[in-house]
Parts: sequence; C-alpha cells; structure tokens
Amino acid sequence: MFAYIARRIVYVIPIVISVALVCFLLVHITPGDPLVAVLPADASQELAAQMRTAYGFDRPLPVQFGLWIWRALHGDLGASIATGRPVLSEVLRAVGNTVTLAIAAALIGFTLGLLFGLIAGYFRDTWVDKVATSVAIAGVSVPHYWLGMVMVIIFSVQLNWLPAVGAGPGGSGSWGWDWEHMKYLILPAITTSVIPMGIVTRTVRALTGDILSQDFVEALRAKGLREWDVFKHVIKNAAPTALAVMGLQLGYMLGGSILIETVFSWPGSGLLLNSAIFQRDLPLLQGTILVLALFFVTLNLLVDIAQAAIDPRIKRG
Amino acid sequence: MLHMRNETSKKTATAWLLATALVVGLPQLASAETVLRIGMTAADIPRTLGQPDQGFEGNRFTGLTMYDGLTMWDLSSADKASVMIPGLATEWKVDEADKKKWTFKLRPGVKFHDGSDFNADAVVWNVEKVLKQDAPHFDASQVGVTASRMPTLASARKIDNMTVELTTKEPDSFLPINLTNLFMASPAKWQAFYDKAEGADAKAKSQAAWAAFARDASGTGPWKMSKFTPRERLELVKNEGYWDKARVPKVDRMVLLPMPEANARTAALLSGQVDWVEAPAPDAVKEIKQRGFQLKANESPHVWPWQFSRIEGSPWNDIRVRKAANLCIDREGLKEGLLAGLMVPATGTFEAGHPWRGKPTFEIKYDLKAAQKLMQEAGYGPSKKLTVKTQTSASGSGQMQPLPMNEYLQQALAECYFDVQLDVIEWNTLFTNWRRGAKDPTANGANATNVTYAAMDPFFALVRFLQSSMAPPVSNNWGYINNPKFDELVTKARQTFDPAARDAALADLHAASVDDAAFLYVAHDVSPRAMSPKVKGFVQPKSWFVDFSPVTMAP
Repeated sequence: MFAYIARRIVYVIPIVISVALVCFLLVHITPGDPLVAVLPADASQELAAQMRTAYGFDRPLPVQFGLWIWRALHGDLGASIATGRPVLSEVLRAVGNTVTLAIAAALIGFTLGLLFGLIAGYFRDTWVDKVATSVAIAGVSVPHYWLGMVMVIIFSVQLNWLPAVGAGPGGSGSWGWDWEHMKYLILPAITTSVIPMGIVTRTVRALTGDILSQDFVEALRAKGLREWDVFKHVIKNAAPTALAVMGLQLGYMLGGSILIETVFSWPGSGLLLNSAIFQRDLPLLQGTILVLALFFVTLNLLVDIAQAAIDPRIKRG
Repeated sequence: MLHMRNETSKKTATAWLLATALVVGLPQLASAETVLRIGMTAADIPRTLGQPDQGFEGNRFTGLTMYDGLTMWDLSSADKASVMIPGLATEWKVDEADKKKWTFKLRPGVKFHDGSDFNADAVVWNVEKVLKQDAPHFDASQVGVTASRMPTLASARKIDNMTVELTTKEPDSFLPINLTNLFMASPAKWQAFYDKAEGADAKAKSQAAWAAFARDASGTGPWKMSKFTPRERLELVKNEGYWDKARVPKVDRMVLLPMPEANARTAALLSGQVDWVEAPAPDAVKEIKQRGFQLKANESPHVWPWQFSRIEGSPWNDIRVRKAANLCIDREGLKEGLLAGLMVPATGTFEAGHPWRGKPTFEIKYDLKAAQKLMQEAGYGPSKKLTVKTQTSASGSGQMQPLPMNEYLQQALAECYFDVQLDVIEWNTLFTNWRRGAKDPTANGANATNVTYAAMDPFFALVRFLQSSMAPPVSNNWGYINNPKFDELVTKARQTFDPAARDAALADLHAASVDDAAFLYVAHDVSPRAMSPKVKGFVQPKSWFVDFSPVTMAP
C-alpha cells in the first residue's frame, strides 16, 4: 500500500508542473493587454511602458514563468493587479466559501443520489425506478444557472423566504453554521447539488442492477443470508466506483461553479475566476487556476488511495 | 358592575402596556439606525485606498463617498448638466506669466477622518503618490487609473500651509476639471501604517502600508469606512464632521454589495435584500415598476457610437456617407422598441443645454430620404451596396446591449444601401484593439469600431478622438482622424484659461465634430437604477456620479 501511495504521489508531480505551465501560458497567449485592469485604454504610451516594467510584464515569458513558479513554491502567488491584495489570501478566502458550498451541496446531492440510485437499482423497471431515473436525468440535463434563477424567483422574489444573493449577513469573515448564515446557503447548495445527485443516482443504479444480477448474490441468497446482509455486500461492491464518481463530483464542486456563484453572488472561487477573467487580472487568474488545479489533483489522489484501501484489487493493478 | 370593573382594568392595563411600550420603544425609535443597501454592478468592491479602480463606478462608490478632490462635480440638479465646482480648493488661477503653473487656495478647517488636518502638505503628498516614483508612498497600482485622467500634471509644490502650486507639462486649461479625479487620502493615517509595517525594504513596507490603508481608509469625504470584507461588502457611516454641512449624509449607514449579474441584482431588490440596484435587468423593468419600485434614469455623459476609420481607402472618408449613416438611424425606434426607454437619442457627444454643445449646423436626426439621397450622390443604391465592417463585443462595461443594438443598426442602414458586417470579439480584446487603431491587424479589416465612451471632461470626450496627435499608439483616435480644424480648436481650448471662453472653445470643437459627422452618434446611456419606494430625496444628475448625502430612508 505504501509503495502504491508513493508511486501515485510521484505521478502527481509532472501533472502539477504541466498544469502550472499551461495555466501560465494560457493567460499570456490570450489576446488583450495584461494591464487592462489598471491601465485605461487611453493611457499614454509612456505610462503603459512604465506600468509594464513595474509589473514585470516587459520580461521574457520564460523569465516571468520561472519567477512565478519560484515564488509559488515559496507560497507567494503575487498580488492582484486590480486590488493589490495578495493572490493567495484572495484565493484561500474564496476557496473557503466554495468548500462551504461544496460540502452542503455534496451532503444533499450524494445523499439523494445514493438513495435514488439504490431504490432504482433494487426496483428496476418499476414505476419507482422510472421516477428516480427521471429525476436523475432532469438533474444532469437542466441548466443549473437557469434552475438557480427559477429558485430565486420562487423562493426569494415571490415567497420572500430566502435571500437571493450573498454569503451571509456579514460576509464570509463571520461565517457560522447558524440559521442567519445557512439561509444564504440553501438555494445555491440545492442548485449545486442537482448535477452530482443525477450522476450519482445513475451510477449507483447501474452498479446496483449489475451487482444484483451477478452469481455471487444468488449464492449469498441461496446460503440463506438475510436481505440486509446481501445489501451490505452489494454496497461494498458498488462502493469503489461510486466513491470515484463522488470524488470527481466533489472535485468539480470544489473547483467552483462560475455560473452558480455568479447567479447567487456567492463569493467563492467560481466568482473569483469570473472576476479575474473580466478584469483580466493575470496574477489572480493564474493563482486561482493553480490552486484549484492542485485541489483537484490532491482530491483525485485521495480518492485513488481511498479506493485502493477499500478494494485490494486496485493496489495490485 | 363587574363588567365595568373589567373594562376599567382592561383600559388601565392597556394604558400601562402603551406607556411601557413608549418608554421602551421611544429611545429605540429615536436611535433607530437608517441603512441604505446598494447592489453595485462591480464584481468586487472598487479599491478603497483613494484612487478607485473599476472606472467611474469605482469613483462613484469608493471615491466620491470617502474622499474629495480639489475640484468636484455639482451633482445637485437633475435638469442641468453637471459642472465642476470648488471642492477642497476654494479658488484657483493660472500664472499669467507661465501658463504651466497654477495656484490653488485650500479650504480651511477640513480634517481627514482620522482627525489630521487637510493642508498643502497633504495635496503635495497625494500628487506624489502617483507621480513621484522615488517618494516613499509612491504606489504604481494607483498610477494607471490616475495619471491617464490628468495627463499633463507634472508636480506639486507647497507655497504656504493653505496654498499649493501645481505644474503641468504644457499649458492646459483642462487641469481643474481633471483634478476631480485626484482623491485626497490622509498622509498621517498612511504614515502610521507605514511606521507599523513590516517588510524587507521601504518598498515592501510602503505596499504593506497601502494594503492596510485600503482596509481602514481615511479621506475627507462625507462617508467614513466602517467595515470592509473584500469582494463581499463595504460599510460606510456618515461623517458628522464633514466640512460641507449641507452634504452631511442623512442616512446613518450605507452598505455596498458587489453583484455583477443583472438578474441577481434585480432579484435582490425585489426580495427586499437591498434597497437600491445599479443597472437592473432591462427585461425586468416592467415588473420593477409594477411592484411599486422606483426606476431612476437620466441622460448620462456617455456616448454609444461607431468610431469611423479615416485611413486611406475607408468608405467613411466620404462625408456624404458619414452623414447618411447618421441620418439613417431611427433612434426613437431603438429607444422605445429595443431598450424599453432606457436611452437618450444621441445627436452628438453633448446634447442641448450642455455648455460644450455649441451650435452644429448638421442636424442629426432620422431622415431616411435625405440619407438615401446622400448615398445615391456618393454612388450607391439598391443595386450597389456599400459594405462596411464594424468591430463590436457581445458585452462590456457601458456597452449597453451591443449585439441587439448593432443588429438594429445593421437593419436600419440596409435601408440606406449599406451592407453591414459585424466582427464580434471579446470585450477586453475590443478595448485593447481600440488603442491599437484601424491600421493594426487586430482591427481585422474593420472600418468602424463600437466602443462606448464617457464624456465627463474635454480630454476624454473630444480631444483624444479628434486631435491628430492622439492617433495610436498615443491615445484613442482609433480611426486616425486628421483634421487641421480640429487640431486648431483643441489647441485653442487647451490654451484658453478663462472658464467661459474655454467652454466656448470646446463648444466650437464639438460643433465642428458634429458638422463633420465624425462618428455615428447613436445613443447616450441613462444610468438606470432601481430602488425601493423607501428611498427618498435622491436626485439623479446628468452625470456618471451621484450624491448619496440627501438620500433618506422612509420607515
């Protein structure tokens, strides 16, 4: 197991370097001026040159990349061009909000997904299966920003039950798991949970159906095991794949949804990315992408290790 | 009898309850804090350290609230064009012998929010923060948004405690107008942060001091910073000691919330989460009004144009074609149909009543027959259409609704034998290309560009587009206009130092640009904002800026 974990960690290193290189280059090769956030288009040529030097954009790209990666290795992602605030603190604050949203959405999405998936798998081709499958298809098909807007119109504008936007009465700096804050979380969390709920439902339904049709289940039943004990075997066999799917979904949610966070003005990493893109704030954009990529890679690593721990066959592979 | 006693005791109990409620409730009523909550279009709180980012929305919310300039805008009227008035300077004059030197007399008795005095040292310090690179408090991040708005300002010198001398690189009568963009931050407060800051060197300490200052700002403005959560909210409280007693805010607290998405802003207003939103979703205007909310709009100094290429071979080099396009657009139809009333038809950069409007002889209006006649004179007709290409964006700050509006123009101009092709690119790219000009490959063969512009001051509204020396890469004369008459009028306006005569020179320049049909003038934005019926006393001026001081909140 230790060798497996060590090997997986070694595999991660080139991935992280590639991600850093790609995200650095991507934002540099896109058209437009990197100083558009602080340099109006009517600025003089002299001023533009002065600012380019001040921000280091006049240096060759490899030098810029080298400096950026060197500083990043020391925990310094530079300062936002637009606000002057350190990128790392900006990203971490936003990621904290996204994690809050992702946890709430995962709780809702995975719980409902597992429930619907198991029910549909056990009662295949019955009306219960059809209802659960329809909910799952709707979950992955409905544009979630549209769903968010509909929920806002119903629950905020019409019924006035829940706030339409924001992350709490005093901002995330004072976040707490109390009603005053939770009410800001409900609509974005439900909206975010819809896709993972649908995907987990479909995965678990397929897995359950497949496992239930296998010979060993027949054998277990023939041996006279109670249905509850058979169910535990089904769960154990379905767990590695379901876990991998949930891990990926959690990764997507931790990556932040630009659309959902923008619709709800939820100050997470998605909204931060949106803002960085529109302001063309290169250090912020690069830093946010890098941190999110690291999150994703780390999460995948943890999922792989968890899968290996549950299913010994994976270690051998 | 029993019934009467019961009645009496009920009345007594009621009286006691009322008395108790009054005793308990009155002080609360008397001290009930009034709060105004505003949903901004910005995705982040504009910078709070004195020179805001995010364009004029930044100036509106974190510039003119917490800070003052030496000169300011009169934002008290909804009917007249906003004009420049004295601010932290009470009077100023140019040196007759050397027109590059200006003397500003400062307003006495003004204090920063931290209690320190506003004086000549503070003015010099604030000029140096963006112009003097070796000053300890020089901040590169504030230079871009400041220096471009006062391109000729060179230095500041203290004459006495309440008098400063400002020097420009060349004689420039626009300086007092440009100074509305230089906000005075407290040197004492910054120094206190600098003294406490940790850093490897003076530059690092200076950056740390500015970062701390941004979190706990100090200006002289009518509002003081009270709570700041980056990217989420800024809370301001009224400055009871503001120097202009008439502009001490009437609301106790103002909360600014970034809400970049129009539908989210509108929902926040309709659900009562905020009291005021900037630029509500256009298709929600009807519902906003039906639900009893207020919709405020007024002509803004803002132009939605096509800027023509005038390079060799451009079809717009023929004035008949330029005039025909200007006469071919039914702007009222655009206003009432597509924009739900949220625009003012443009007949130039400035409209009637503005001091810089002048008396153009070419009347921009919808006259299809005259437009078709001009095009036929220029050699075009139903069987010989003129192909023109325009670069535009799908969105962008101030662009209103660029795609539907351009498609409207496309249809309208087809009536006048134009075949309009649209080259739609991303907003920041369009904005960057704007500076590169019509000759640059990034123009992609377009012979017009559609970038909206603010028209608050003469340089931004006229000079940067019309003066030949402002062609790329210097400034925004995208189409390389080279008209000796414009150059002569620009020079005259810059070097006319009597305010009335300067305004007259600017009016002549504007009239000449309209007579030359320099742009395809289409619309002015109206800065729509929707607000709760509780918001009272707000006056929406003909400006990008507003005064929050007279606003009250009804219970």
